Amino acid sequence: MVSAIRSRDESAMAHLYDRYSPIVYSVALRVLGDTGAAEDILQEIFLQLWRSPELFDSSRGNLAAWLSVIARNRAIDTLRRWRPITDIADVIVSTEKDMSAETDRTRAMERVREVLGDMPGSQRQALELAYFDGMTHSEIARKTGEPLGTVKTRIRAGLLTLRKAFS
Amino acid sequence: MNVHEEFAEDLALYALGSLERDERLALEKHLEECAGCRRELDLLRGDMSLLALSVDGRVPRAHSRQRLMRAIGRERRTRSTRRWLTVVPWFAAAALAILAFVVWRSNVGLREVVSRLRQHSADQQAQLEKARSVVTTLTSTDAMRVTLVAAKTPPQPQGKAFYVRDLSSLVLIATNLPSLPAGKAYELWLIPTSGAPLPAGVFRPDAHGSATVLNPPLPRGVEAKTFAITVEPEQGSSAPTSQPVMLGSGE
Repeated sequence: MVSAIRSRDESAMAHLYDRYSPIVYSVALRVLGDTGAAEDILQEIFLQLWRSPELFDSSRGNLAAWLSVIARNRAIDTLRRWRPITDIADVIVSTEKDMSAETDRTRAMERVREVLGDMPGSQRQALELAYFDGMTHSEIARKTGEPLGTVKTRIRAGLLTLRKAFS
Repeated sequence: MNVHEEFAEDLALYALGSLERDERLALEKHLEECAGCRRELDLLRGDMSLLALSVDGRVPRAHSRQRLMRAIGRERRTRSTRRWLTVVPWFAAAALAILAFVVWRSNVGLREVVSRLRQHSADQQAQLEKARSVVTTLTSTDAMRVTLVAAKTPPQPQGKAFYVRDLSSLVLIATNLPSLPAGKAYELWLIPTSGAPLPAGVFRPDAHGSATVLNPPLPRGVEAKTFAITVEPEQGSSAPTSQPVMLGSGE
């Protein structure tokens, strides 16, 4: 589909939007909490993909995961303008999970929610504050009143739990 | 490849963009040298992307799609215009080069024409100057006229006529002419091969007996058989009224 976009195929772009816009939009909305701002991020990301489809290639991971990380990073950048997280060209997502099909994505979403639901509340909170609110570990420690080391440990352990669930 | 334990937790925070500056710089330096930690970082980024799947699936409003497709349509048009605009200067440059060549060739041609005309004009000017000089020498009142004859022969009246039929051009130079009584003048006649004599100028000699007739009015293309000079009333005659005092035919 990305190669069709490289050939300036507008219908391929429309198809790609229909397939991946919910994940991009949902992530941006979760971070920003504002539909207008989330739509701006959505527009920005898909327009950039249209302008520079070479930014994505399969070595960067699967497209759904890559787009979701871009959406999250862009939204966090919007939230904290002064501290950009990363450039779009630097994003590489290493995941074996294929999420190009709607059913795969739905199944993966259910599994992620299940894993997060099984985590201790403080661990899930630390992960979500880092991922969706773009907080540094010091900010999370201040907010939760927990030691820095504990926050770091919880975040790493939370990510490893997710990895294990999908391995 | 193993992960360095002292960096393991920082790697997770780094993947999330949550590591603070000093620790981030230290980790980045380590990552440059450690393939094991780089591999772990990639895996953590994959793990992190899974968190995106925890969000509630929300579908953007329909107008977002329309907005995107409109923007893409505009970009397509702008790109094709830009592509055309990038070609235009090359066409313009090529046209300009061709025009410059044509103008240059034309300029060279014109220069050659001007050069030839200048040369022709200079030649004409030279010929004109030469002709003027000849005419001035022949007709000037200051000119010293000398007629050379056999030794011990007294000076005789002489007339030299130069006639070009096709130009109707006639010049007479006469010397040693006897002076004439008042009311009389010499008249030159062109006697054609057929027909009556044509008057070709009335003149009186100067104190030295010299006289000149220059291009009298004559019909064009008359074949001359003989030239003659008669004495006529000073206003001239339309036909000779006396016998010729001088007579000559073409040589």
